[in-house]
Amino acid sequence: MTPAVPATLAPRQDRSARWLLIGLAVMLTLFIVVVPLIYIFWRALSGGFAIFAQNILAPDTLHAIWLTAAVAVVTLPINLVIGIAAAWLIARFTFPGRKALLTIIELPFSISPIIAGVCYLLLYGRQGLLGPVLAAGDIKILFALPGIVMVTLFVTGPFVAREVLPLMQAQGSEQEQAALTLGASGWQIFRRVTLPNIRWALLYGAVLATARAVGEFGAVSVVSGAIRGQTMTLPLQIELLFNDLNTVGAFAAASTLTLIALVVLILKTVLEGRTR
Amino acid sequence: MSLVISHLARRFGATPVLRGIELEVRQGELIALLGPSGSGKTTLLRIIAGLDWPDAGGLSFDGTDWLQRSAAERRIGFVFQHYALFPHMTVRDNIAFGLTVLPRASRPGKAQIAATVDRLLRFLQIDGLADRYPAELSGGQRQRVALGRAMAIEPRVLLLDEPFGALDAQVRRDLRRWLRGVHDSAGTTTIFVTHDQEEAFELADRVVVMNGGVIEQIGQPDEIYDHPATPFVARFLGLTVELPVTMRAGRAEAAGLDLSGLPRRAIPDGSATLFLRPADIQPVSDPAAPFRVTEIASTGALLRIVAQNDAGCWIEAEVPRRGGRDLRVGQRIGLRIVAGQIFPGGTVPAALPAATSRTLKETRS
Repeated sequence: MTPAVPATLAPRQDRSARWLLIGLAVMLTLFIVVVPLIYIFWRALSGGFAIFAQNILAPDTLHAIWLTAAVAVVTLPINLVIGIAAAWLIARFTFPGRKALLTIIELPFSISPIIAGVCYLLLYGRQGLLGPVLAAGDIKILFALPGIVMVTLFVTGPFVAREVLPLMQAQGSEQEQAALTLGASGWQIFRRVTLPNIRWALLYGAVLATARAVGEFGAVSVVSGAIRGQTMTLPLQIELLFNDLNTVGAFAAASTLTLIALVVLILKTVLEGRTR
Repeated sequence: MSLVISHLARRFGATPVLRGIELEVRQGELIALLGPSGSGKTTLLRIIAGLDWPDAGGLSFDGTDWLQRSAAERRIGFVFQHYALFPHMTVRDNIAFGLTVLPRASRPGKAQIAATVDRLLRFLQIDGLADRYPAELSGGQRQRVALGRAMAIEPRVLLLDEPFGALDAQVRRDLRRWLRGVHDSAGTTTIFVTHDQEEAFELADRVVVMNGGVIEQIGQPDEIYDHPATPFVARFLGLTVELPVTMRAGRAEAAGLDLSGLPRRAIPDGSATLFLRPADIQPVSDPAAPFRVTEIASTGALLRIVAQNDAGCWIEAEVPRRGGRDLRVGQRIGLRIVAGQIFPGGTVPAALPAATSRTLKETRS
């Protein structure tokens, strides 16, 4: 049977408005996100694969890739441990300063990374507060790996705790108490009850933190000192190559970073489904 | 073999939750901690389990001071109200958990653990569920798995927090009978918390009635039912009608009440309060009596009669519908009291449970 609503009324107008909005969204997405991404790969490969490989394998770029990977590998376990510990502390205990801790964990999200970098410079720099002490002990933090790692930790700190905490709060501590009455030790409770319950959120937080660690520019650019072939991470190297007017090199390095980001994005999408 | 609790006290901040609990539980007993919410019964259970700690008092099992032992060392079985099953483990792994976390030296072999779990699954009548996950089970099945997990470690004491609280009425009744059977054939000592009087009375060997952090009465179900020790217990057990009476030589007297059915009580002369169940009040037509029927309502099998006397006291009586056929609103009636409980002193109607608060009202005339 035909419906009673005349076909000339509202539905048709709705449909054109709908197509207009969809079209607008698609156009914006194309020109803001998709085209630039494709362009990176197109420019990187514009001189052929041999030149692309040659640019990637240039010693400075290779070193930048290595350094970026090193920073990510060092910060990840620290982030995991601190993130779980903080989430556990806040979810399971009430203590004075609990709210303050929660705020401090969130703080890096609201502070511009470059400010974090400048703070580190002022604190650990040669003219900084701790500068003389560090110089006396011959400890090099700024313009070296430790500084880059520390500032990356600052920027990526909230991710794991932010993902794990709501889950821990929602699940409550009854399962852990049950495990306790069944005779499990603290480590057994963590490994066999707590960890399996938060594993997907934990992995998701780790993916987000790693993506950020790999891509961080502002904070790292301040503390690394941008020493060629020594303290250049991949994002810094891209800027350097670009400023040197080595477009193919810059795009080759950029495409590598983008590739990492895309892998992370796919991982994240898969994991999001699991955490539900 | 017994669990001894003495002078136990616990406060949360400034609020006292337990105030001097004294209780001895014998080996093999099934004990119910019965009370309204906020009475401290769950806190007491958690302290016995080692999940909470008292501020003062003692807790010992078989002469061992349990306050020096962690929850893990006490070897108790605790069943949580919402079961707290491990969602990422199968039923089999859930039940085996307590055995697999034993220190390597005392841990049974894989085959032995599997045999124990199989035996428990059969014993608890859930052998078909071994490879399911908790999310795939019904409430009643989860309850059985939770009990199986607790029993796998052969606990010295089995503790259950509102074991049937989250189940619907039919499953509740079935599981109640099933739990009694499990307790009897396993021979464990069991303590469970409930706010449901019927549940406590049907299941338990002894019932501990708690209110406001103290124990109001300990006794066998019939004993408590027939002789509530305090006004609180009386009200909690459905003695919701309260009438002022005068004691003379151990006998209660009040105008319009036939109290000859009540035995003598060792209560000093003077004013006292009579606590009654509506079913223990028989209205008798009597034109000279002080009570006047104000309301008659039928519940099908029973008639609910509300009457008021000249002093403004209200009572509610329940009579079989056939026996109350000639009662009319406005009629004067005397009350024959079949059974009741007398406590010295006047009434304190403030503590009346909300659901029954209208059964006794002092009118403001």
